[in-house]
Amino acid sequence: MSVSTEAPEKQEFNKGKSRALSKEDLFAYAGEPINKAMTPEAKIKCFTDMVRIRKFEQAALQSYQKGKMGGFLHLYIGQEATAVGTVSVMNEHDHLITAYRDHGHGIAVGMNMNECMAELYGKFTGCSKGKGGSMHFFAPEKRYWGGHGIVGGQTPLGLGIAYALKYKGVKGCAVCYLGDGAVNQGVFHESLNLASLWDIPIVYIIENNGYSMGTSQVRSSVFPDAGLASRAEAYKIDWDNVHGENLYEVRAKTGAAIERAHEKSRPTVLEIFTYRYYGHSIADANHQRYRTKEEIRHYQERKDPINVWEQILLEEKHLTEDEIKEIDKKAKEEAKESIRFADESPFPPPSEILTDVYHSVDNPDSHTNEGTIFFNDRLPF
Amino acid sequence: MAVITYRQALKDALAEEIERDENVFIMGEEVAEYNGAYKVTEGLWKRFGDKRLVDAPISEAGFIGLGIGASFLGLRPVIEMMFFSFVYVAWDQAVNNASSMRYMSGGLLNCPLVIRGPANAGTNVGATHSHTPENLIASFPGLKVVTPATPADAKGLLKSAIRDDDPVFFMESTLLYGNEGEVPDEDDFTIPLGRAEVKRSGSDITIVAHGGCVISALKAAAKLKKEQNVDAEVVDLRSIRPLDKATILKSVKKTNRVLLVEENKPFCGVDAQLSHIIQREAFDYLDAPVHRISAVDAPAIYSPPVEKVQVPNPGSIINEVREILQIKA
Repeated sequence: MSVSTEAPEKQEFNKGKSRALSKEDLFAYAGEPINKAMTPEAKIKCFTDMVRIRKFEQAALQSYQKGKMGGFLHLYIGQEATAVGTVSVMNEHDHLITAYRDHGHGIAVGMNMNECMAELYGKFTGCSKGKGGSMHFFAPEKRYWGGHGIVGGQTPLGLGIAYALKYKGVKGCAVCYLGDGAVNQGVFHESLNLASLWDIPIVYIIENNGYSMGTSQVRSSVFPDAGLASRAEAYKIDWDNVHGENLYEVRAKTGAAIERAHEKSRPTVLEIFTYRYYGHSIADANHQRYRTKEEIRHYQERKDPINVWEQILLEEKHLTEDEIKEIDKKAKEEAKESIRFADESPFPPPSEILTDVYHSVDNPDSHTNEGTIFFNDRLPF
Repeated sequence: MAVITYRQALKDALAEEIERDENVFIMGEEVAEYNGAYKVTEGLWKRFGDKRLVDAPISEAGFIGLGIGASFLGLRPVIEMMFFSFVYVAWDQAVNNASSMRYMSGGLLNCPLVIRGPANAGTNVGATHSHTPENLIASFPGLKVVTPATPADAKGLLKSAIRDDDPVFFMESTLLYGNEGEVPDEDDFTIPLGRAEVKRSGSDITIVAHGGCVISALKAAAKLKKEQNVDAEVVDLRSIRPLDKATILKSVKKTNRVLLVEENKPFCGVDAQLSHIIQREAFDYLDAPVHRISAVDAPAIYSPPVEKVQVPNPGSIINEVREILQIKA
């Protein structure tokens, strides 16, 4: 059904064939029409957004460690080219939905750092008014349908979004991200079957960072030689493998998948090989037990998506070292400002517990509901 | 008023909503070409075509999740469960996702979805096919649960459910599908969610029921009047969440005695909640403890004559009323 580029990254590393990116690698996809059409401004924006995601999360990590937020914090650091590259090839009719490692996608679609940081802090100024937290960022007006906490749970939701586009006759698609752990959830397979059976314009992107929490992919998945995406063969769905450190490649292959969705209303499964530098979440203090420091260093030194894109833009002379420093500095300041904003923002009042539960309660004039819908004998506020 | 079956009333509601709103479509197993496993959608595929009636493969989690996602963009999917017992394979989608989406987004999105189908025991299909999960579903804030007992309620409530902007679980009964009843002829007949109905007025005791148990309660009440001269008031909840507390409490305060009947199992059933509400809000009006009849607390038995004993029936309701009123047989 499709071309497999090569064996998966993780296996490649295990075999000790660590591969530095040659100039040939860097520019392998630069000549694709979708990349040739890219303006210098668009290239710089991709770089800037990747840096902003990283600075945002580094700031979030510091705040987390200071006890400013609760729950989980799943960092995207190391995977930035996936969100930024894929979002950069979507148009105004394309939608996206992802799992719980969702900060990068949020910033990539244009959510501002303040609303994102405030959400992490559980503040009323957060994107979900402090009701969702780290795993549940939403920006429907930017066609971003969330961050979803249950592994694989978003895969039929993305299908439904794409189904609705087709139903309404809109030439768009849904891009639904999932992790490598989610490929073993039954509902993902149900979704693949439905997507192919009904010609649904959806792109499933497996962000394969090598580990489903602390269990490496080789211990969790029957792993076809060609990678997890090749499971799509069973559903007659086109698939491809992508090196996630190279934004050009991410764009080229995502662009092809989106074009397939737009023009043929057919699904695609892409597997993007990527890597997270931190644990599954910040609570995952053991992440250096299930993988080696050398492995992490390998990715940081040779496969870092920001460094790779930086090299490309330096080679192409779209950026200078000074400009890069300036972008870095600005992103740091923006992240710092988001910390200040979150710190100074109020928490939601307790009465907010009972809003946004039911549309009919929040919009009584547009419904004919009667009766009691909440069953509290006495409210604690 | 036309006299039609409960099944026909549902079908009419579906057809009218499909015609009224281009965003309404029906999806489920055997709903289109097969005409519906219980013929609720019979003829609709021929009338409205592939876009509005969609036969889905046996993938409840997949197509319920699809319905939720589609509802984000303004579609109004009506998902049929061949049996409500099948919703369990889609629990994460139907319950976890549907109930949480609006909330976790801080109200940025809605989930105007209906999941409908039969939820009843008493048809000798064994434990896994005989669930009545209205209590389970109603325990999730964000979800609504409706249980019509008559053709008129089936039609009026289904139309309201489809127009509702929240996820509504609409629980029917295979044993009611063939029942006939009067349905108002008015063009756009709807019944608001959350409004109970006094199906029979009485003064000696209140019997609160929902779904198929309403019919059993009405039969029991007729017999109690005839044989014991007991006037039982029968309150049909119609909607579990939202719940019409006012009608229940008004009746209890009038009769001072109450029997709660449900086909569900007793532990944490809908009537456990009602019992709490009644003791808390009408304590001084009660002349007897609140009594409940539920299905006998075990998985649904297959054996046909024994299953009849397991679920509430007019005989068991009458016996319990006699007990409360201390009437000797």
